[in-house]
Amino acid sequence: MLSIDTTRKLSFNRSISNGDLVIVYERHDNMKAVTVSEGSVLQNRFGVFKHADWIGKSFGSKVFSNKGGFVYLLAPTPELWTLVLSHRTQILYIADISFVVMYLEIVPGCVVLESGTGSGSLSTSLARAVAPTGHVYTFDFHEQRAESARDDFERIGLSSLVTVGVRDIQGEGFPEEFAGLADAVFLDLPQPWLAIPSAAKMLRHDGTLCSFSPCIEQVQRSCETMQSNFTDIRTFEVLLRTYEVREGKTESKEINGNGSNGSLPCKRRQCSDGANLLSYPNSSVMARPSGEARGHTGYLTFARCLS
Amino acid sequence: MSSENNNNNKSRMTWEGCSVLLDINDGDRLVFARLSPAAKLKIGNKNCSLQPLIGCPFGTVFQLDSSSDAAAFLSPFQSKGSVNNTEEIKDGQFQVESKDGQPSGESKDNRSLIDNNTAQSLTGEDIEDMRRQGAKGNEIIEALIANSATFDKKTSFSQEKYRLKKQKKYAPKVLIRRPVARSICEAYFKKYPLKIGFLRVDTLSLLLSMANVSSNSDILVVDMVGGLLTGAVAERLGGTGFVCNSYLGQAPSMDIVRIFNLSDEICKRIVRTSVSDLLSQKESPEQNPKHDVGSLESQSNDQMNASVSMEEISHSSENVISDVGAENAENSSFPALRACKAIKAGEKASQEMIDSWKENGFSSLIIAAPDLDTWTLVKDLLPLLSNSAPFAIYHQYLQPLATCMHNLQLEKMAIGLQITEPWLREYQVLPSRTHPCMQMSAFGGYILSGTKISSS
Repeated sequence: MLSIDTTRKLSFNRSISNGDLVIVYERHDNMKAVTVSEGSVLQNRFGVFKHADWIGKSFGSKVFSNKGGFVYLLAPTPELWTLVLSHRTQILYIADISFVVMYLEIVPGCVVLESGTGSGSLSTSLARAVAPTGHVYTFDFHEQRAESARDDFERIGLSSLVTVGVRDIQGEGFPEEFAGLADAVFLDLPQPWLAIPSAAKMLRHDGTLCSFSPCIEQVQRSCETMQSNFTDIRTFEVLLRTYEVREGKTESKEINGNGSNGSLPCKRRQCSDGANLLSYPNSSVMARPSGEARGHTGYLTFARCLS
Repeated sequence: MSSENNNNNKSRMTWEGCSVLLDINDGDRLVFARLSPAAKLKIGNKNCSLQPLIGCPFGTVFQLDSSSDAAAFLSPFQSKGSVNNTEEIKDGQFQVESKDGQPSGESKDNRSLIDNNTAQSLTGEDIEDMRRQGAKGNEIIEALIANSATFDKKTSFSQEKYRLKKQKKYAPKVLIRRPVARSICEAYFKKYPLKIGFLRVDTLSLLLSMANVSSNSDILVVDMVGGLLTGAVAERLGGTGFVCNSYLGQAPSMDIVRIFNLSDEICKRIVRTSVSDLLSQKESPEQNPKHDVGSLESQSNDQMNASVSMEEISHSSENVISDVGAENAENSSFPALRACKAIKAGEKASQEMIDSWKENGFSSLIIAAPDLDTWTLVKDLLPLLSNSAPFAIYHQYLQPLATCMHNLQLEKMAIGLQITEPWLREYQVLPSRTHPCMQMSAFGGYILSGTKISSS
């Protein structure tokens, strides 16, 4: 997914090979991750797609099924991965992820500590931000989930950037070996205040901390705990609103018009009460907000370490 | 030359010649400055040297000491006991404790406090006398509190507000912040948003994610937001790949890039070229008659840029520092700039590079050009991207993005198209006083994002 080798640019002009991970795009809200395998097929409502047909095509190509239906094959990115990964836990989405990476001031070369790993949605974006010389150390207390995360990172080619550990950060804190080495720490835990003192030990001076909590009571308790070792404590909510766009063919109607807009084509209709109705078709692109929106994910609390 | 060059943007200590963001009195005033022994900062009516700020950790707080009649100076602020003591109030987050640790002041209210300006018995002259006798700022503040008839009747929250107000006036604090994408964007958005096209920090962060900005990528950028976008992309590239800053006609300002403290290695990765050069079919842009005007303009502009920066060095003294927002009054570029870098960001892209991009395509495209028509720009630039490359376009207005999205769908140039509007709200979190902040940014722009599909 990411190009760690300096000599090989992140260029998607190369063709799809056997073993590549592709994102199969059926519709904007229907995508899945597929590892290309010479003898396999993909079966969906559009028909049967042979993987063999995909090999040699470029990313971004349209490919057809036996029934003439089609899908697109996209190159994986952390954004697409977040939308297709299997949810073992509730995950973070792009609005929170992008804000966290910017606000924690993560750049290539940084060392980042994370707990819990969950389904690895944020970890993938953290890896992108620290590549090629930094590293992400992520911890989860659930052994099976940690293993699934390791498998995922292997599949998307991030194993050299992300190390998954099984550890109860709330109970034990982060490992001593990282003390003073972390540029940033991210917490997504039920009781983050238990991990905050340890986070303070891990961070370099002026390092950044972020705690993500769905409930305001958790936020209050976390902020209180941060007072001892942190400054610049700020709490935010980020959300996204999407818009729908369509070509609107509306009609403006004029009753009893003389057709003074003579140049425009219009229809004249006789109404039942004898009045004449002129209609002028308009065609324009219109946008309006979507009706559905995510109302809340969690509160993001950021702070800087003083050590 | 600083020895910190190879790790500039991650260095935790200031150095001579580095760029800093000075946060005066908790965000009341924000100043970008370049540290040198001769640099000065005007606070109130005092001119202080910034020399003490060189060689200390980012995040250090200094306080103005004006006790002597000689030049006022900044000294490191020593906080006693807990860091967030009762004197520091940031955005409403502070600790309120009385001596026994219980929150105090719950039983007091303001029913008997009359606002008629008679509560303070110290006069302005009294204060001046104190100052001349060598009283430090904090001593003056304590004296004001002691001489206030109403202070004890206030609630503890109110007392803290009073104390803070006096502190800001008599003992102002200066916090040294590291200039990185986040702090630079926030400072400009707060004080001079027009310069950055009202690009809010969460919107900027979305652009970087949606366009998959990462190391070893070649990113095509149209930046008409003062260079903020270019700098933020370069920061995330970290010295690998390239950010190609492309423009129509005259090259727009890229001042803000210089505030970032980018290392030489990262600066080398920022190159510029006109859109016409990128699109031209011939080998060398000079030989192409159709695009001559564009390339001539860009060449003469480069020369102009070079001569402008020379003037800055000779004319402006290093003492001149500009507040964020005051720049437009003087000249449009960042004053007090000494060309300490051997490598200047924004060198013209070589023909080799351009040819290689034409062959391999760019990894992604980001546009932040609030004054340009989106569709005409995207129509020309999208074919320059690799297959399956993502793109993100920022605009303040919805209509140009809607039209562009519609046309991209009709022409089947991209999929996964989406127009999003980010929403950001900050909270005040305090015991018994947690609520969203009273002030809020209502608008941070719109983003059109998508993925380019293969045309074959």
